[in-house]
Amino acid sequence: MLTALVDYDSGNLHSAHKAFERMARERGEGTIVVTSEPDVVAKADRIVLPGDGAFPACKKQLFDYSGLFEAISEAVTEKGRPFMGICIGMQMLATRGLEYEETKGFDWIGGEVVKIEPSDPALKVPHMGWNNLHLEGAHPVLEGIETGDHAYFVHSYHFKVADPAHRLAYVNYGEEVTAIVARDNIIGTQFHPEKSQRAGLRIVSNFLGWKP
Amino acid sequence: MLKTRIIPCLDVADGRVVKGVNFVDLIDAGDPVESARAYDAAGADELCFLDIHATHENRGTMYDLATRTAEQCFMPLTIGGGVRTTEDVRNLLLAGADKVSFNSAAVADPDVIARAADHFGSQCIVCAIDAKTIEWDAEGNPTKWAIFTHGGRKAALDKDGHPIDAVEFAKLIESKGAGEILLTSMDRDGTRAGFNIAMTRTIADTVNIPVIASGGVGNLDHLVEGVTEGHASAVLAASIFHFGDYTIQEAKEYMASKGIPMRLN
Repeated sequence: MLTALVDYDSGNLHSAHKAFERMARERGEGTIVVTSEPDVVAKADRIVLPGDGAFPACKKQLFDYSGLFEAISEAVTEKGRPFMGICIGMQMLATRGLEYEETKGFDWIGGEVVKIEPSDPALKVPHMGWNNLHLEGAHPVLEGIETGDHAYFVHSYHFKVADPAHRLAYVNYGEEVTAIVARDNIIGTQFHPEKSQRAGLRIVSNFLGWKP
Repeated sequence: MLKTRIIPCLDVADGRVVKGVNFVDLIDAGDPVESARAYDAAGADELCFLDIHATHENRGTMYDLATRTAEQCFMPLTIGGGVRTTEDVRNLLLAGADKVSFNSAAVADPDVIARAADHFGSQCIVCAIDAKTIEWDAEGNPTKWAIFTHGGRKAALDKDGHPIDAVEFAKLIESKGAGEILLTSMDRDGTRAGFNIAMTRTIADTVNIPVIASGGVGNLDHLVEGVTEGHASAVLAASIFHFGDYTIQEAKEYMASKGIPMRLN
């Protein structure tokens, strides 16, 4: 089993790579490859899209790799391969993002990515640090994860889903901030599982065994 | 809800922890990776490595440490000390750091923060500010703080030769895109007399990015004060944890008992 971590020059892939490698080793299955090659993505059994940074810049960087998005899209939307987006990689699943300017997302999960606007002015933006998850639905990737478990977040925008059924978890930060989205063979986490210690590694491990 | 973070900081020189870490079960207390693993297991919320020599020749050692730490600790790692250019940021991120902290280079050229944030995102750009109280009012309350560099020995001056005001500088680097401020009170650092609360609160209330309080922690009440009175989003400490005065868990439980939201599980 081959899991492709898509590298499109967006942020730090090292810790994500190490977290996926470690869990693949513990499960005794599969290889993790960091790649920008459409050919490699096309033959991967699972795809992970990480990313840090601003929505428009990340989208542009991804599309600057000729054929890369097309390869991801074909694998995910036509072949139904399991897909996980992390942070910006999750936000780009939306219909559109409103960071700096309006940018079209993949529109795989309906909704918009909007600025976090906590009602309490004492709450800082970015939302940075450990927050506890409120689970709203069961999912194979969330097996062993409970409401109250902590995950590590760092972001200033968040994903407002159009259909509440697509939101699997939120955290409280002056408002309900989307933490996990999912639809069919697609899942996305706003937080960084690779930096979220026990709960994060469990999610990574579950994803590697997920058969949607 | 979002939890207040406790961040142990390790001073590193030539690939070794400088002050030493006094934990049981540690095979090699001078090895930063061993110490990082111990803090990871102890429930630290983030880790910080400060390269205190940061000479060009030993950069490779720091990259190697970042790589080895990231292979074993699945929590955020900040690296600072001697970071001057966006190329330094890139190299540290590629090696395994999650955030990179500028200090003197940002005082000399605040635009380096903008260049780094544009490139890598604000979320991974920390700006460390070292400052001291320079003015008090008639009642002796501190009213003005100035930036110092070179470990607190040298007052930073603007182009007109005036001290650089810490509050104005914090606003400036926020506008340049810094994602977080690591604020160290140089007049408290190493004293164990507690944070410079007035300075911490003034800056935390002025900027809208998280402020990490640093410098002067001697007991657990100091950590509490940094948050409740200083309004810091996170507290950084070195010696009280390294020398085993308190465990991370004790600190977290104590802060929680004072009503501060902490990550206890």
